[in-house]
Amino acid sequence: MRYIPNSPDERQEMLASVGLNSIEELFTSLPEDIRLREPLNIPAALSELELLAQFEAMGERNHAARRPSFLGAGAYAHYSPTIVDHLIQRSEFFTAYTPYQPEISQGTLQAIFEFQTLVCQLTGMEVANASMYDGSTALAEAVMMAERVTRRSRVVVSPAIHPEYLEVVQTYVQHAGIELVRADFDEQTGQTSIANDTALNAAAALVVQSPNFFGSIENLKAMAERAHKAGALFIVCVTEAISLGLLRTPGACDADIVVAEGQSFGVPVSFGGPFVGLFATKEKFARQMPGRLVGIAADKEGRRGFVLTLATREQHIRREKATSNICTNQGLIALAATVYLTTMGRRGIEEVATQCAQKTAYAARRIAELEGFSLPYSAPRFNEFVVRAPIAAAELLNRLANKHNVTGGLALSRYFPDKPNDILVCCTELNKRDEIDKLIDGLSSSSKI
Amino acid sequence: MANVPEKLNYSKDHEWIKVEGETGTVGITDHAQHALGDVVYVELPKVGDKFEAHEAFGSVESVKAVSELFSPVSGEVIEVNESLQDEPEKVNTDPYGEAWMIRIRVGSAGEVDSLLTSAEYEDYLKAETE
Amino acid sequence: MKSHTPKAAPHVTQNEALIFERSQPGRTGYSLPPLDVDETPLDELVPEEFRRDDELEGLPEVSETDVVRHFTRISTWNYSVDLGMYPLGSCTMKYNSRLNEKVARINGFANLHPLAPDAEAQGALQLLHELQEHLAEITGLPGVSLQPAAGAHGEMTGIMLIRALLDSRDGVAESNSPRRNVMLIPDSAHGTNPASANLSGFKVKTVKSTAEGLTDLEALRALCAEGDIAGLMLTNPNTLGLFERNIKEICGIIHDAGGLVYMDGANMNALVGVARPGDMGVDVIHLNLHKTFSTPHGGGGPGSGPCCCTKELEPFLPTPRVVKDVRGGDETYKLDFNRPQSIGRVKAFHGNFGMAVRALSYILTHGRDGLREATEAAVLNARYIAQGLKDDYDKPFDSPPMHEVVFTDKRQSRKGVHTLDIAKRLIDYGFHPMTIYFPLIVQGAMLIEPTESVGRGELDQFIYAMKQIAREALEDPETVLNAPHTTRIGRLDEAAAARKPVLRWKAEEQVSAA
Repeated sequence: MRYIPNSPDERQEMLASVGLNSIEELFTSLPEDIRLREPLNIPAALSELELLAQFEAMGERNHAARRPSFLGAGAYAHYSPTIVDHLIQRSEFFTAYTPYQPEISQGTLQAIFEFQTLVCQLTGMEVANASMYDGSTALAEAVMMAERVTRRSRVVVSPAIHPEYLEVVQTYVQHAGIELVRADFDEQTGQTSIANDTALNAAAALVVQSPNFFGSIENLKAMAERAHKAGALFIVCVTEAISLGLLRTPGACDADIVVAEGQSFGVPVSFGGPFVGLFATKEKFARQMPGRLVGIAADKEGRRGFVLTLATREQHIRREKATSNICTNQGLIALAATVYLTTMGRRGIEEVATQCAQKTAYAARRIAELEGFSLPYSAPRFNEFVVRAPIAAAELLNRLANKHNVTGGLALSRYFPDKPNDILVCCTELNKRDEIDKLIDGLSSSSKI
Repeated sequence: MANVPEKLNYSKDHEWIKVEGETGTVGITDHAQHALGDVVYVELPKVGDKFEAHEAFGSVESVKAVSELFSPVSGEVIEVNESLQDEPEKVNTDPYGEAWMIRIRVGSAGEVDSLLTSAEYEDYLKAETE
Repeated sequence: MKSHTPKAAPHVTQNEALIFERSQPGRTGYSLPPLDVDETPLDELVPEEFRRDDELEGLPEVSETDVVRHFTRISTWNYSVDLGMYPLGSCTMKYNSRLNEKVARINGFANLHPLAPDAEAQGALQLLHELQEHLAEITGLPGVSLQPAAGAHGEMTGIMLIRALLDSRDGVAESNSPRRNVMLIPDSAHGTNPASANLSGFKVKTVKSTAEGLTDLEALRALCAEGDIAGLMLTNPNTLGLFERNIKEICGIIHDAGGLVYMDGANMNALVGVARPGDMGVDVIHLNLHKTFSTPHGGGGPGSGPCCCTKELEPFLPTPRVVKDVRGGDETYKLDFNRPQSIGRVKAFHGNFGMAVRALSYILTHGRDGLREATEAAVLNARYIAQGLKDDYDKPFDSPPMHEVVFTDKRQSRKGVHTLDIAKRLIDYGFHPMTIYFPLIVQGAMLIEPTESVGRGELDQFIYAMKQIAREALEDPETVLNAPHTTRIGRLDEAAAARKPVLRWKAEEQVSAA
């Protein structure tokens, strides 16, 4: 095996030097009756060329990867500057472990410190951690943190949060004694409605996604006021982090905890992972946060360096009383996001966000003009919106794919059987005008019964 | 050898208490601060909280360890040393003085009598290290 | 430095500020094509009250060259597997093949949206299914979910499976606590074990280890006799690098008490191709693709923590599952959402798919013989180090180690030199330190895991370095106590950092205003 350095002769010599005659003797502490007698039922080794061919062939079978696409719903195709993937593939970053030895991990530590800072700047919050697995698990952790902070057990969630995120939260809290209560949804605006929500009183938190799953921008400021009046924390979830380049920050709207999916920051959609969860909060809650934190430290000579800090919150010290069980996070993806945000910079992030909103506005306007199509929700949007088609969404999208070679969006019936004709459409800066026009022509001609 | 002032009472959880009238002042011993290492954070209760004897009333943290603080006697918290929030290092430098942690209204004088004297605590420490 | 160092790793010492400190107004590092649709006035696009009003102040303004130099420079302050031996015990820092990186970036994988219809994502589903089959074969446990994103996440999933099975078998108490609520965990376990058990509503009880470093069967029986046993979380080989040779009996005791056995698969690098947890009586295990199956650690992640279980536990696995449909001669793959007994979803979409691509590439590149060869080489390397250092360092357990070996600072601490100092001095000899002060039950523990990716020459250099340090500890302890001497910065004041945490950069005017 070409990855294993020692030759058969060297291994024999090493065996002899530890006083053994055969490889089999290395495993004598395993009882005979549990040792495998047959080789594993796994194919024989493939050469590099064979392996590449096999994987290329599998990749070819993923037709959806090769067409213009208007799929969003929690995973967004954006432009990623070439240097992002180049820099994260430097050996020193991608083959390093968690920075437990700061003297020889300053590269990783400084990058995480920069990541934490960028997350704070984008969300308008005071502190951010070194990353969570993804947006969905970050949201689950936020809900559990709200319970710790308030010692209340009811959590009011918007029904317009990504359905898979809500499923994950439900899984996490099922044994934690936390009750999830769904707020109302306004079918006119497409926004969460808490006007008549009595469940909020005595709740640990109000949880809202903005822009929400249906693309509507929520009125965060009003909701924060309402939550705080009830003594609840206000948790904001963002699945399309590029929106932070244009929209009022959750921090400016007085959110207590902000979680986001950071995939939009230069990370490929990669069939759903690895992505990176962002987690930010107010300084006064820092000790209740899950996950790793990097802080500034100095050595004896007064030189600035960075270390993992406030570790007493974490599982390796506090064990069953830890704020979370997380250990490994999404370090390298957080680095990708850091390089992306640095490269795009103050102007680039805003420009990408604005282009997304502009292209979406164009597409929405054109689709609304099509006969038989409507846009059911009136709230302002960022880069996603719901289209109500004259025929079943799944069938329409099928025709679009097969006849027009366009992935037109997501049939909402996947999550909402009561919305058979609704399609969630997403535009990013990658969708060229001729693609959008092709989508519109396709929708028009494919909707004839 | 750890410093063990004479006029205080001690618990086997390594807390000290100084009783004046109905008021007891509580902190951790020199031995305890030494075992913990550099203290970086102290979590204390609120005024008005009530605790039983041996109940956890807070925690003290070093860089890589957390220890719970146990009330040597039962009672109600009447004052909390807020200055430890900004200067937790006082626990290392002055455990019996500036780093007192809480003042409580002592529930029962009998509980104080059942605590260790300085001589008994010194013996206890010796036995523990052997 | 006073002593001769045969392999010192030079560190590039130029200073590199934070990217925010490098920023200059007006610099740009990106280019985008101009907007190609009719422009909508900004206020119509998004009303002002919903727009940012700070112009993203504080975010960096730098050129592409600035970015490349910045990250390249700070990268040189890191140690890495590509640079040399990285013997962190329980972390399995093996070689991360570039081929795996290449296949993960194939367009059909990297640019495939997770919500693409099954029919248009057949390659990805096939890949996930193949990996599931191989992991089932390696562990001897047929039910596999690739959804968990890391080891601790896989642990949580595994423990939730146990909880779900017990609840469906025994019913739930009114307080919503399980009827059997005690999860047994050895005192040598990873901290994630109790934290994960707690997330599933279990009470943790600790099982002692024997002087030999193995699970104490008598203590285990006594705990089981107390009743309410939901299960046991066991690492095998355990965190001392020792195989729990009584594993079948341990599983029997737990099963007889009505509980299930969860195995922490962090140490599977000692077992692949040699023995299977399923054959030992284990009910559920998580694997770390970022350890045993070489997906890169990336400075802290991403990982992937597949969960493998018995047929009995399979109905409870997270939803959806990837299944194969054979109709006529046609094989197709699909996502199965119809799983009424499932614990639910543990992560959006399909887990860390990119890690699954790399892990499958690892498995197929090794093949059945190569997988076993890796295990053999990993164990042999650890044994070689155990032999090489036994005269210089205290080895608290006599049994021969599997893939990792624990030593202590007992002899050196008499001179005031502790594990931390030895670890820091090792840096001067060009190695990353081993895992220190873990497992917690061994005072001054140094847990060394060389993995199969280290050749004899480098092992000899490591042994030489450790022997030199042992000598220095006797003859010249100051050199060890003040190490490292060759890095850009010295030991950092972690206490001061924790007392007044500074967790983000702020512009000077922000700092002085505060």
